[in-house]
Formats: sequence, C-alpha cells, structure tokens
Amino acid sequence: MKKLDNYGYMFIIPFFIVFVTFTIYPILLTFYYSFTSYSGMGDPEFTGLANYTRLLTDSYFYSALYNTLYIWGINFFFQLGIALLLAILFSDIRLKMRGLNIFRALFYLPNLITIASVALLFSILLGWHHGTINHLLLDLGIISSPIDWLNDPTTARWSVGLIGAWMWFGHTFIILMAGISGISKDYFEAALIDGANRWQTLVKVTLPLLKPIMLYVLITSLIGGLQIFDLPMLITDGTGAPQGSLNTIVLYLYNQAFRYDNYGYAAAIAYGLFVITVIFSIITFKSMYRNNVKEG
Amino acid sequence: MNKKNTILKGIMYAVLILLVIISFIPFYMMIVNATRSNSDILQQGFTLLPGTALIQNYEILIQYMNLWRGFANSLFVAVAVTLLSSYFSALTAFGFAVYKFKGKNFLFILMLVLMMVPGQLGLIGFYDLVRLMGLLDSYIPLIIPPIAAPFIVFFLRQYLMTVMHTSLLEAARIDGAGEIRIFHRIALPIMMPGIATMAIFTFIGSWNNYILPLVILFSPEKYTLPVMMGALRGSQVAENLGSMYLGIAISVVPIMVAFLFLSRYIISSISAGAVKG
Repeated sequence: MKKLDNYGYMFIIPFFIVFVTFTIYPILLTFYYSFTSYSGMGDPEFTGLANYTRLLTDSYFYSALYNTLYIWGINFFFQLGIALLLAILFSDIRLKMRGLNIFRALFYLPNLITIASVALLFSILLGWHHGTINHLLLDLGIISSPIDWLNDPTTARWSVGLIGAWMWFGHTFIILMAGISGISKDYFEAALIDGANRWQTLVKVTLPLLKPIMLYVLITSLIGGLQIFDLPMLITDGTGAPQGSLNTIVLYLYNQAFRYDNYGYAAAIAYGLFVITVIFSIITFKSMYRNNVKEG
Repeated sequence: MNKKNTILKGIMYAVLILLVIISFIPFYMMIVNATRSNSDILQQGFTLLPGTALIQNYEILIQYMNLWRGFANSLFVAVAVTLLSSYFSALTAFGFAVYKFKGKNFLFILMLVLMMVPGQLGLIGFYDLVRLMGLLDSYIPLIIPPIAAPFIVFFLRQYLMTVMHTSLLEAARIDGAGEIRIFHRIALPIMMPGIATMAIFTFIGSWNNYILPLVILFSPEKYTLPVMMGALRGSQVAENLGSMYLGIAISVVPIMVAFLFLSRYIISSISAGAVKG
C-alpha cells in the first residue's frame, strides 16, 4: 500500500504546478509590487509603505468604496427581498402554488446572459432621448420629459444596482428554495396544526431555518458585489462617470493599472480590497452568529 | 378561508407573471429593436411590434464587427477551459480521495484557503507574469490557469468519497489494473455526474469572463464575445441603434436557446452547489 500511496503525488502534481504558477505566484508578486512604484517597465523600485499611505488618504479610493457599497446595497436589498418573497410564496403549504420549475427557470435566465451584453443592452435601453425605457415611460405618461438615467449620479447608481438585482434575484431564489426544500415539511405541518397563521409560521419557522442559507447568500453576494466591474466599466466606457459615481473599486484598480500604468498602486488597491472583503465577511459572519446564540 | 386563498393565489400568480415580464422585456425589446431601422427607433419610439430592417442592420453590423468570429473564439476558449478543468480536477480529486501521502492535509487546506481569495487579488501579478512569459494576446493565459480550479477539486473529492467504494479499487488492483487505468476506467465514469454539474458552471463562467480577456487580448480578431461587446460600443456601429441591438442579440439569443434545453440541469446544479457549499 505504501508504494501505491506515492501515486497520490502523481495525480495532484499537474494541479499544483499550475496552481503555484498562475495563482499563488501572481498573488505574491502582486503583494511585492504593492510596495514598489512599478510602472510595468524596468525594475520595480521599492518604496516601502508609500502606496498604502497613499491609499489610506486617497479620496478617490474612499469614493470608489462608497460607490461599490451603494450599488451593492441597492442590488442586494431588491435581490434578496424579491427572492425571499418568492421563496415564502412557494413554500406556503396552504397556497400550494404551482409551476415552481417554470418560474424558477424564467427568473434565472437573466443571470446566464453575459454581463457585457447586459451592460451594453441597458446602456442603450436607458439612453436619454432615444432610449426605449424613456420612450415607454413617456408613452405611459409616467414621466413628462426624458430622464438622462446614466448621466446623473443618483439615477446611474440606482440603475446599476437594479440591473444587478434583476440579474441575480432568480439565482438567489433558487438557492433559497434549495434551502427550504432542505427543511422538513413536518415543521410547516406542525405549525399549521398548532394553528399558527402565515406571519407566525414565517417568523417562527421559515426565517430562522433559512438563516444559514441566507448567510451564505449574503457573504457570496457581498464578495461578488465588492468586485463589481463589468457593468460600470461597460456602461461608462471605463470612466466611472457621471461625476465618478460609477467608479467602483475594481474599476479604479483596472484604470490605475491598465490605463495609467500605476501597477504598484493598483497592487495596493487589490490588497486594500482584499482586507475590506475579509473584514466585511467576518463582521457579517459574527453578527449572524451572535443572533443565533441569542435565540438558541 | 378557502375563497380567501383562491383570491390570494390569483393575485400572486399575477405578481409572478409581472415578474416574468420584467425578466424578459429587456430581451424582447432587444429583439424587436434589432429588426427596426435606426430612424424608426429614433422617431417612432416605443413599440412591441418588430420592424423590417433586420437584414440592413445585419449588413451594417457585419461591416464593422465580425461577431461570429468572437462567437467562435469564445466557444473555443470555453470548451477548452471546460475540458481541461474537468479532467485535471477529477485527477486531483482522485489523488486526494484515494491515497494517503505526506503533506496531503497541508496541501488540501492550502487549496481551500486560497479558494476563498477573490480573483482580482493576483490580477496585477498575473498580467505581469503573462507578459514576462511572452503570452500576452494569446489564449494560453485564459485556458491553462483554469486547470487549477480548487472549488471543483473540492466538490469532486466530496462526491467521490460518498459514491466510490474502496472495494471497487481493490478488485481492480487484484485484476492487475494500474492506478492510471483505474482512474480512467473506474473513477472517471463514477465521477461523471459530478463533473457534468461543475462543467456547466465552468463553461458559463468562461463564456461570460470579461476582465481577463480584456486585459490579455488586444488583437480584435482574437477578441472573445464579451470583449467584442465592449468594442462594439466604441465602434461605428454605435451610430446605428438597430445594428447595436442586433449585435447584442447575436450574443444573447444562442445562450437563451441553450438554456431552453439545459435549464433543468443548470437549476439543479445551483441547488446542489448551494446546499453542499
């Protein structure tokens, strides 16, 4: 058996060669560059913590963080809100809603479409004078003059946040339904027999049992949301306009590296984003966990 | 109570149908507008009825941008990524699930920890590495790195440990099969359902990937579809809205058709991934 066990190395070696070369090494290299003024040419010059002190006082970075969280907040609120309502609706044993499979598939579809195509589609649907959405709203009499959705900081952020929610609520709905189908039907039936009304069933049974899966949704959505890039990049042509309101962290990183050749500083932004992601994940996890303990 | 429920149900179905409309109206408008001429869109405004300018729009579009080329490029990259990451992940999962070797736990945990790290963290280093290797503007940096896909390895290892009995391996060894043969003839077929689940996501992930090809590729004839979408916006096509819509539609409609056939598998894959992850 001993001899056979050495085959283990043989099976995992291709993976680790690629893993070390293309994942671990670039992460370490980026870390090294974050302490240099590397511009993509010549030798990187070591500058100590200069990039990080710059990052801590960089108002563009803070506004990028603010924009990212603002957009993610809108996205997550509507995404989870709609998905949760749908999940509650389909798990109601008194209503016995039909067509779960079809609705699930239909709601999921936008998530499958390439974000680049979605971004481009909405950037013209939301156009000022010739956008279809303005045409429709004008025809319906909801607005009296066309709105320049993507050129006003507030409507631009809301647009991107809502496009995100539109793309993701079906996905979140599927995950919540998977969580609910993992809950034994006995709980719902017991609640029904005990005479619990809809609201009581929801608050006392469904939501507490869905908590772990909602934590999963929250953390994955937050990690993904902090990295939002495709939508703002394509909608603003990489500028983050209007008034920098769509300048997200990864867009800022991208521009610093590939537009301005500030690789060193971009590397520091990457690590800043990493630290922020870790902090937010820990906070989310801790607060959810603390609530659990209180209730238990 | 029953009557109340019936009314409530009616309202809820109406809400569901409204949500379906919201999910689909952007795509419907895209298809309608793809068949309308530019002046039609500018002057007539909103309509649910298709126009007659599909062919003109296509001719304008294809003059500036060979979207089918982007389509073929994306397909090539996504298929290669899916095949390679499936095969090598299965190989690695087998190694971790079956053998006991020194440092196994350390390597496995290292893999799991790095699985949590967001992809952008190493982007600058990755770009520089690729540049130093002279591989910029090639597909190699898009196709080779996905060989190391920690999540797939993790998933397949769990899968293998629940479905494969060691007695099966013992029997094969007694029959004189070598380890590599055992992997290909026994373990790989057993893992197939798990591999298929992951392959769907790998394919979609690669197909939709934007930032990496954007950074790596710069010859327009090598662009993948998402990068081409970005280029479309800055091109001459942007002056003709009908052609723009058509360009987007060409990138979207095939995915919708594929989804028609695969939706069941895709949805059960997401469910499985969520409960296990």
